[in-house]
Amino acid sequence: MRTAMANRLTPYMFMAPAVVIMAIALLYPLGYMVWGSFRDWNPSQSIGEAEFVGLKNYITLWGDPNFHESLGVTLRFAFFVVSIEMVLGVGLALLLDRDIRGMSVLRTMFILPMMIAPVVVGLMWRYMYHPTIGTFNRFLESIGLPKVDWLGDHALTSIIIADIWQWTPFIFILSLAALQSLPRSALEAARIDGATGWQQIIHIKLPLMMPVLIVTGLLRLIDAFKVLEVILVMTNGGPGLSTEILALRISRTATEFRELGVAAAMSNYLLILLLLLTVAMFAFTRIQEARAARLRMAAEDD
Amino acid sequence: MPTIHLDKLIKRYGDVQVLHGIELEMADNEFTVLVGPSGCGKSTTLRMVAGLEDVSEGEIYVDGKPVSHLEPKDRDLAMVFQDYALYPHMNVAQNISFALRLAKRPKPEIDAKVREVADMVGLTEFLHRKPGALSGGQRQRVAMARALAKDSGIFLFDEPLSNLDAKLRGQMRAELAVMSQRVQKNMLYVTHDQIEAMTLADRIVVMHGGYIQQQGTPEELFKRPINKFVAGFLGSPPMNFLNGQIDERSGAIYVVGDGFEVELEGAKADAARQHSSKNIILGVRPSDLRFDADAPANKSLSLNVMVSEYVGAQSVLLCKCGSAEVMVELNSETPVALGQTLTFAVNPNGVHLFDQDNETAL
Repeated sequence: MRTAMANRLTPYMFMAPAVVIMAIALLYPLGYMVWGSFRDWNPSQSIGEAEFVGLKNYITLWGDPNFHESLGVTLRFAFFVVSIEMVLGVGLALLLDRDIRGMSVLRTMFILPMMIAPVVVGLMWRYMYHPTIGTFNRFLESIGLPKVDWLGDHALTSIIIADIWQWTPFIFILSLAALQSLPRSALEAARIDGATGWQQIIHIKLPLMMPVLIVTGLLRLIDAFKVLEVILVMTNGGPGLSTEILALRISRTATEFRELGVAAAMSNYLLILLLLLTVAMFAFTRIQEARAARLRMAAEDD
Repeated sequence: MPTIHLDKLIKRYGDVQVLHGIELEMADNEFTVLVGPSGCGKSTTLRMVAGLEDVSEGEIYVDGKPVSHLEPKDRDLAMVFQDYALYPHMNVAQNISFALRLAKRPKPEIDAKVREVADMVGLTEFLHRKPGALSGGQRQRVAMARALAKDSGIFLFDEPLSNLDAKLRGQMRAELAVMSQRVQKNMLYVTHDQIEAMTLADRIVVMHGGYIQQQGTPEELFKRPINKFVAGFLGSPPMNFLNGQIDERSGAIYVVGDGFEVELEGAKADAARQHSSKNIILGVRPSDLRFDADAPANKSLSLNVMVSEYVGAQSVLLCKCGSAEVMVELNSETPVALGQTLTFAVNPNGVHLFDQDNETAL
């Protein structure tokens, strides 16, 4: 009797340390943040000393035009970045899905930008965008075109370009993997059925890649909402609030404005947004699996 | 319908040559089956005709016109793949009509065609299902229907039945035979299954090691194989081979080997007479060995039973003849004990002789 009990508890005992670490490392900070978001909290105070203000932080943010502006910048940034990266990444994958000599070297080169630390990427692009000594303006000058105020008037476009440079490879790699796992014979059948290269892409390759593309897009979207370092280094949110994405605003609210409670509330808004996206992603996978299972059942009935 | 002519077709992958000058002529409305063990180059040949593999050397002529530089879509052909190669995201009707839609045919014509071929292969009630919701046999039918809908002059089949279970395979084989009678097209069919080859083909082409071994009607190949490979490949259970020597004694010609002496008759004896005391291989199909306890010793084999496989009305016995193994068929009602020695009469017309050095028929 006693041994049976011990046997049943064994797995939980083995898992206990992991659970404890999870609780401390994951749930405690998260709870701390949620708890803090209900307080008027200055970094010089401990959380216990801070005044409890209920939903005040959330309500203030809801009506704060600067927060709206920041959210707008984030949404615009995420939308453009992800859509352009998807088109470029998938396009590149379709182009390079063939046996060329030196293909593996080429592929490794393509993913290099992804491997560089974001701060370095930010610094690199800041120098290239520099109004007088930057690569781009010197080039424009040398061919007789007017200079562009990259990190001024066109700051949002400029950070979008930098992000596209860094993260297109991610989509390229996943799309290439998806392409190479497509059923060869279905593509051969399409060639025999009379499909041109374009028709193969539109009617066969893209529809079959779609599940992978949707998940890839969602992953990129989640990342795009959280991007911080590159923009911090390049523009620090400026000029004005034109590139102040949410993550940056959160960090400034906490450090410059010394309003930890508001920063926590903002983080929670972002968390809810990302949670919705993640749930959408899981829901999509679940629906796919359920559909596949249902079809299999139907096939076995016949 | 077009004729196909393969002219000294050669295929190389890097330094490895896998086809060594395939020379083949296919007439109108002919059902040609390429058959051989895996790696013999039969699928490569088919894929070259389809345009899915490049031609290294030689040329493919369809109706006298060279086509090896053309894309698959410009070759007027339809193909059925081993794994069906259906488009998983399209339903049955869309799969069948894909080629017609790409060709921008008018919608009423497409609908009519889809209904016609779906009816022909018995898929009418599944038109709105996706391939994932179909059984193996149904998928095979969709692949067939898709090929039929194209109305091409040439039909290519790449081992279309080998993914089906044995019972379904037999059924689909029969349907395929009926279909080929109905549509009257030039068909090129690849299989490793000699039964498919024998039952479907107007003409069988046996391939081995990148060479055509022999081509002809199923009967020609079965009755007059030109070498040991063809003889052993066609027929089930396979032909038995016994090493021996031609021996002439007082006017009669014998094949003498370990544990047997068989007298040859008629044309066989005449053919063998020129090869006196030559080392040869004696080939006899199980169907040419008849259980007969009273058969004279010089017209029979004495076989020691090692294994008996019961397969219904007939049993297949694996026996020893000297040091060689011999398979025979026997009515299952005949009582047989393992280790027993039985006498089997050799059908004098069913004897095949092959040269031991180059394995060609004498």
